Amino acid sequence: MIEGLTPELALGLTLLLPGLGALVIGVADRFPNIRETASLLIATALCGTVVWLLMNYLAGATAQLRVVQMLPGLPISFFVEPIGLIFALVASALWIVITVYSIGYMRSKNYPHQTRFYICFALAMASTMGIAFAGNMITLFLFYEMLTLSTYPLVLHHETDAAKRGARIYISVLLTTSILFFLPAIVWTWWIAGTLDFTPGGILTGKIEGPQAAILFALYLFGAGKAALMPFHFWLPAAMVAPTPVSAFLHAVAVVKAGVFTVLKVGIYIFGVGFLSETHASEWMIWVAAVSLIIASFVALRKDELKARLAYSTIAQLAYVTLGVSLASVMGMVGGVLQLVAHALGKITLFMCAGAIYVASGKRNISEMRGLGRLMPFTFGAFLLAALSIIGIPPSGGAWSKWFLMIGAADSGQQVMIGVWMLSSVLSVAYLIPVVARGFFLPLQGEKDRPQPQGQEVSTISQLRVREAPLWCVVPACITGVLSVLIYFVGPAIAEFVLPVLGP
Amino acid sequence: MMLAHLPVLEVLVPLAAAPLCALLRRPLLAWGVVMASTTFALGGSLVLLFQVLSNGVISYHIGDWAPPWGIEFRLDAANSFVLVLVSLVGTMCAIYGRKSVEREISPEAQPLFCTLLLLCFAGMLGVTSTGDAFNLFVFLEISSLSTYVLVAMGASRDKRALTAAFTYLLVGTIGATFYVIGLGLVYALTGTLNMADMALRITDIGDSSTLRVGFAFIIIGFGLKLAIFPLHQWLPNAYTYAPSMVSAFLAGTATKVAVYASLRFLYTVFSPNLHFDAQVLQTLFLPLGLAAIFVASGVAIFQSNIKRLLAYSSVAQVGYILVGVSFANITGLTATFLHLFNHAIMKSGLLLAVGCVVYRTGSCSISTFRGLGHRMPWTMAAFVIGGLSMIGIPATVGFISKWYLVLGALERGWWPVAFAMVAGSLLALIYFGRIVEAAYLQPSPEGNKVTEAPLSMLAPLWVLTISCLALGINSEFTVSSARAAANALFFDPHPGLSMQVGP
Repeated sequence: MIEGLTPELALGLTLLLPGLGALVIGVADRFPNIRETASLLIATALCGTVVWLLMNYLAGATAQLRVVQMLPGLPISFFVEPIGLIFALVASALWIVITVYSIGYMRSKNYPHQTRFYICFALAMASTMGIAFAGNMITLFLFYEMLTLSTYPLVLHHETDAAKRGARIYISVLLTTSILFFLPAIVWTWWIAGTLDFTPGGILTGKIEGPQAAILFALYLFGAGKAALMPFHFWLPAAMVAPTPVSAFLHAVAVVKAGVFTVLKVGIYIFGVGFLSETHASEWMIWVAAVSLIIASFVALRKDELKARLAYSTIAQLAYVTLGVSLASVMGMVGGVLQLVAHALGKITLFMCAGAIYVASGKRNISEMRGLGRLMPFTFGAFLLAALSIIGIPPSGGAWSKWFLMIGAADSGQQVMIGVWMLSSVLSVAYLIPVVARGFFLPLQGEKDRPQPQGQEVSTISQLRVREAPLWCVVPACITGVLSVLIYFVGPAIAEFVLPVLGP
Repeated sequence: MMLAHLPVLEVLVPLAAAPLCALLRRPLLAWGVVMASTTFALGGSLVLLFQVLSNGVISYHIGDWAPPWGIEFRLDAANSFVLVLVSLVGTMCAIYGRKSVEREISPEAQPLFCTLLLLCFAGMLGVTSTGDAFNLFVFLEISSLSTYVLVAMGASRDKRALTAAFTYLLVGTIGATFYVIGLGLVYALTGTLNMADMALRITDIGDSSTLRVGFAFIIIGFGLKLAIFPLHQWLPNAYTYAPSMVSAFLAGTATKVAVYASLRFLYTVFSPNLHFDAQVLQTLFLPLGLAAIFVASGVAIFQSNIKRLLAYSSVAQVGYILVGVSFANITGLTATFLHLFNHAIMKSGLLLAVGCVVYRTGSCSISTFRGLGHRMPWTMAAFVIGGLSMIGIPATVGFISKWYLVLGALERGWWPVAFAMVAGSLLALIYFGRIVEAAYLQPSPEGNKVTEAPLSMLAPLWVLTISCLALGINSEFTVSSARAAANALFFDPHPGLSMQVGP
């Protein structure tokens, strides 16, 4: 163990490091190499700190931090707990990967305002850490809003009319849902429970019942607009105007996961699994999530632009978590946590691949991508691995989350939902696999479809030279692609890790 | 000895310093006097607030004439909190004013400007401190008359300031007259002018039609002064055409003091125990407050003059304050005082930022804001923070206000009101979003050589902006003071007359 590093200090560092990073990046404005090295170093240091916290937690040392009294009785406080650790670990590890990818992407596209880009990225990361380690709802809300604000310039990055429109939708939907639903929900909880601390088993037992509990739960779920539950999902496709690294990281990892993480926190630490299943407060949200899931999957099918298709796929996949929490069973919650991890890895890969394809060929639409797999075998290979995980085919990360979610559905007597997931899996096969299949098996666009003589094998691969995107873009995608499969082997371990806080 | 006389010195020093400014003739000296006396008032009011919070009510008898015959300055947690607010905004505006006014008013007129400013300031402090209902009227007129002239002084930049000032004069005078008529009726009934004494006698006499008519006149009189919707028509023009520094000063103080005075009458002199008083709170303040939030915010969205936009936003924020008052519970009143203070900080900050823009560009239409995010980074950053605070983003004071307002609504079980209030803040999102987009996303016009505002203007702007953030992250001071203020009004409506701390 490192000398002098206490868990409290490490917890503080997770919040300070990215903030410090933003400062250093700002100072190194004119020196791109220093700026980007600093970004990488800070990302690595942050990830190391989170790993250190995790190891300490496993060894039995937790940490708590109280900063100031924001409101009487409501301090800004942080603490280490399993789900937050997992979220922080995923986010900080992927920050390293995406920083590498950003360097490749932003440089090869030669975008302006790169310093602002990296500063906002670091600030978004600081907010994400604040969300992950928040000790009460008010702290989570504070950083939740900070995340919205710090990512706004990222969505806006191109400053074109489309970007302005997208960013406007982005920030107005997120702020509207959080102010209109989330804030009243928090005040309401505070008023009836007298506390907002995240407590295993929840804080609402005996404080609220009947339809009111159902309304409060719905306020939270719609209020966490980052979870993109329909009908408040349209900010996500709108935000796809951002540069691909932003889409990849923020809309597959940080922002949307902050949303479903909030949903998980609400389910586990505010309501509590037991309370939810006794009061059936979440029952009607199951159907809302299921509808959102199915509709989004169908919409994804119809999108030709790859990033838009991935965006709708994200909406569907996020609804998995919301649905899992609404099931009000322990297994459903476990499934939700696993889905958070598996989807983060899978979706970031898919986005990075989409970006790599764009960098290498300038193509955005799936219909134009036929044959590209032969030019970019690594990119399309990574895409395939990630797609398998999103679909949930074992052995891949998504298999476990779907497994636990389905058990959760069975546990709470919602067998219909098993059908919903099966349908959704089929749909995800239909919207993801063709991208790869067309890439590998159809001839390249522009080439004449020459009728091939019968019985004569022609190696198509050998005829073309591999023309991949820059290594900086391809390698990160391959790493996360492989990881999204390998996560299968730690799935049960993650489940065991989070089980203790879920109650009996 | 000095400390014992502080309640009266607080008002007397700016009042006495006012003619001094006119005699000094030199702008620089005059501004020195303004800054010195406002700073004195700020220090004094802080001392008084802490004294009140730790030792309870201070009653100062002017000329040692015991109340109810003599005039009493009576400081409890409620008005000493408002004193801090007024003197804080006053001090910041005074520091800011010298540079800003330089551009907008000729050097010869500046000492007179300073005189009026201090008169206005002293008047507001007097309204806040006094425990005598007629003395309140005198101070109200001192501050109002000087305000009319201050607004009219914007005429050197835009002649429309004259009509704005004239309208304000008419409306303000009607308001003051209504107040005196109402007061006359209540005096006829009770035979006293001391507010605490009046309260006791009203309790004895009980409800009567004379009392009701007096009450109605008083409330409408204050309603005009505090720009209660729909009596707000004077306000947008007055704020728009007044010199920038005056707009910021008035936005932070004038309506706030009027709100305080009406609270004093609603809760101390009259009390919600009286049927008609409670009735007014619920059937008048609540709907009018909500209407103000939506109508005025809605109008603000379509304004292209930023000062006018902020003026309409002020009307909307007064709406929030009224809704807080209408809850008639401790949390609602706490929210009222909190928002009184918080709104003063953020709205004055926003108007100071606009003043910086006016200083550099000579205009405050939304088109001049184009590209300013890059040309005046500090000014616009402060503006953005102020805007976020108006929307109610956590870590700003606006969030703290909104928290208590929603909490107060929930305690009353008024669900729709809680939602209406948060929905209203989304309108603020729209009108601030427009300005931010103009400042950061639109290129500045060709050949624009605008630079950052001078330090003496940025410093007070950022003092307000940083307090907007600091008091939003740690709200202990404001919340405990506001709660004490609310308690003073709510639980202690008829304090005895015996407590004597004076000389």
